[in-house]
Amino acid sequence: MVQAMVMERSLPAATPSASAAPADAVGGSRIGFENVSVTYGSLTVLQSLTLTVNPGEIVALIGPSGSGKTTALRAVAGFVRPSSGRIMIGDRDVTNLAPYDRKIGMVVQNYALFPHMRVEENVAFGLRAHGASEAVVRARVPECLAMVGMGAYAKRYPRELSGGQQQRIAIARALANKPQVLLLDEPLSALDAQIRRSMLDELAKLHRDLPALTVLYVTHDQTEALTLANHIGIMRDGRLKAFGGAQSLFRNPPNRFAAEFLGRANLLPVNDLQPAGEGRVSVRFGATVLKARNHHRLAKGSDCLLCVRPHDFKLGSSRPDANRLSGVVRSVQWQGDVHNVVVEVAGECIRLSSAPMREPPEPGASLDVHFDPADVTVVPEDGADG
Amino acid sequence: MLVWSKSGRVLTWLLAIPLFVIIYGLPIGVIALASVSGQWNDVLPSHFTLEHYADAFRAASFDSLKASLVTGVLASAAALVSGTWAALALRRIQPVPKRILDLCFFIPSAVPSVSIGLSLLVAFSQPPVLLNGTRLIVMIAHFVLISAFTYGNVAAGLARIPSDCEQVAESLGARPFYRLRRVTLPLLLPYLIAAFSLSFALSMGELGATVMIYPPGWMTLPVSIFALSDRGAIFDAATLTMILGMATMLVLIGLSRISSKATVR
Ligand SMILES: Nc1ncnc2c1ncn2[C@@H]1O[C@H](COP(=O)(O)OP(=O)(O)OP(=O)(O)O)[C@@H](O)[C@H]1O
Ligand SMILES: [Mg+2]
Repeated sequence: MVQAMVMERSLPAATPSASAAPADAVGGSRIGFENVSVTYGSLTVLQSLTLTVNPGEIVALIGPSGSGKTTALRAVAGFVRPSSGRIMIGDRDVTNLAPYDRKIGMVVQNYALFPHMRVEENVAFGLRAHGASEAVVRARVPECLAMVGMGAYAKRYPRELSGGQQQRIAIARALANKPQVLLLDEPLSALDAQIRRSMLDELAKLHRDLPALTVLYVTHDQTEALTLANHIGIMRDGRLKAFGGAQSLFRNPPNRFAAEFLGRANLLPVNDLQPAGEGRVSVRFGATVLKARNHHRLAKGSDCLLCVRPHDFKLGSSRPDANRLSGVVRSVQWQGDVHNVVVEVAGECIRLSSAPMREPPEPGASLDVHFDPADVTVVPEDGADG
Repeated sequence: MLVWSKSGRVLTWLLAIPLFVIIYGLPIGVIALASVSGQWNDVLPSHFTLEHYADAFRAASFDSLKASLVTGVLASAAALVSGTWAALALRRIQPVPKRILDLCFFIPSAVPSVSIGLSLLVAFSQPPVLLNGTRLIVMIAHFVLISAFTYGNVAAGLARIPSDCEQVAESLGARPFYRLRRVTLPLLLPYLIAAFSLSFALSMGELGATVMIYPPGWMTLPVSIFALSDRGAIFDAATLTMILGMATMLVLIGLSRISSKATVR
């Protein structure tokens, strides 16, 4: 019961989509964590994780280093044994099943191709391990290599491939058995930025080609998560701090940590929340009254945070109902396609990003910024577990 | 050691070459010379001859070579199998019991080989296990003496192969034995060959235990060399030493070629 309440609070955005998706209609490839805890000695690295990845969905787990993302993924793969709770794949309880009986595909950060086998043998490994006939192997291996655009490299050894190519082979190898569940642990983090972007596109395309594949994707890169995932879980210290649809989690982060970790939001301390009609509320930021959405239905009069993304701040002329703030420019940084400006308003530093300006403001100059109430929401201050 | 300046490099070589020649070159050179000489009264020997080699490949000494090679190969193979097995079995156990077991494995290599010979002699001199005077007891002695090194080598190799590969294999559906055969052992192959090479070299040179337990007709080369030099037949002893060295080298070179092929793959 306590658990249910915690879940309700930390997973506000999950409820609508989870009920919309037919969780057990397809059944075959759902991944379910049910109150999974993992401990090493006296150290608890995963605490009562409850999470569902619906069939055909991509769920990204993000979080800072050491937050338990890999542990969660390896628990699904069967290399970490939960100290309590259940892990489901489809309708099977796999908690006590050996890794080789779980019928999953797994890709790890450093690819882990078998160095003593040619590419084709690497890809064929899973098929042969399941006793597939030579005819099946000969048909399936080129198919998988073609899927990742590596058909020409079948005869090479892993050490003769670049990092990006090795990663493609690792993906082809994981998919050769046609698993219904694919586990990816930071698959792109060893690649340079440019290859990472193109691999990201290819992963997205791969999932369009294999829409039934259920993917659990562990990363610490929010761009990867936002690009690929239907749902995102944010972890910290072994707990799931937030879970929801990628867009709604970005627009309406349920707590301070989620807002800061996903998209580096500005969080203005505000108080005296009052209803202002049309689902809006007004709050006081210093002497200024600001309007915002109240997605999380915070109570009247409460103190909370106003979540404003750096891109939501606008300069120049504003609509009459916009929120307005005046401050002093502290720093201006040009980053090619954006200008990052830090403005001090009522003792708080806010970061804003704008399209490149021809005449950026000078540090020390005063600056008026405004933002649309529809773009911002109030967020509760984190509770005891924040 | 990296020496960057040119004079430093020259100095290093000037120091290293004489040291190398004196420590390694001189004894081997002397043995090599002695093995082809008929007389050695001066600074240098005289009456060069290949007669000792011709003798060596007749009768008794040739049997010694055979005994050494057979013992070396069989004992090393047995040590390799059991050492690998032990290393694989002990891989996943807790650190503290593992360290204790590691210690047990290394005791035979810490005890003087003469003591091992003596203890085997005493232990296997009574029925029901009466092994004295058999070839088997020689193999057992060698096995006991070298298995610690085999285990150590294989365990070190196991610690160095990436565990990710094995886990990925498992996630792809490989059951333990299949994984062992297709992934673990192939990745371990260079270490297995190194382990076998070391055991073989140790076995070929083993004297202390063997001399206490060898049965008639199963005299290994080191025992023959010891017996010959004891009798004062220095030139014959030198010849057998050269043969022992070359036989060992040939096997090791062959093994290292297999090993480098396995690593390149
Ligand atoms: N075998 C182990 N023994 C003891 N502690 C472990 C073990 N494996 C992981 N941990 C601990 O569990 C915690 C979570 O580790 P995990 O690898 O899941 O983090 P992560 O979120 O994947 O981090 P990263 O982003 O750095 O990969 C860490 O504090 C780590 O020190
Ligand atoms: Mg990790």
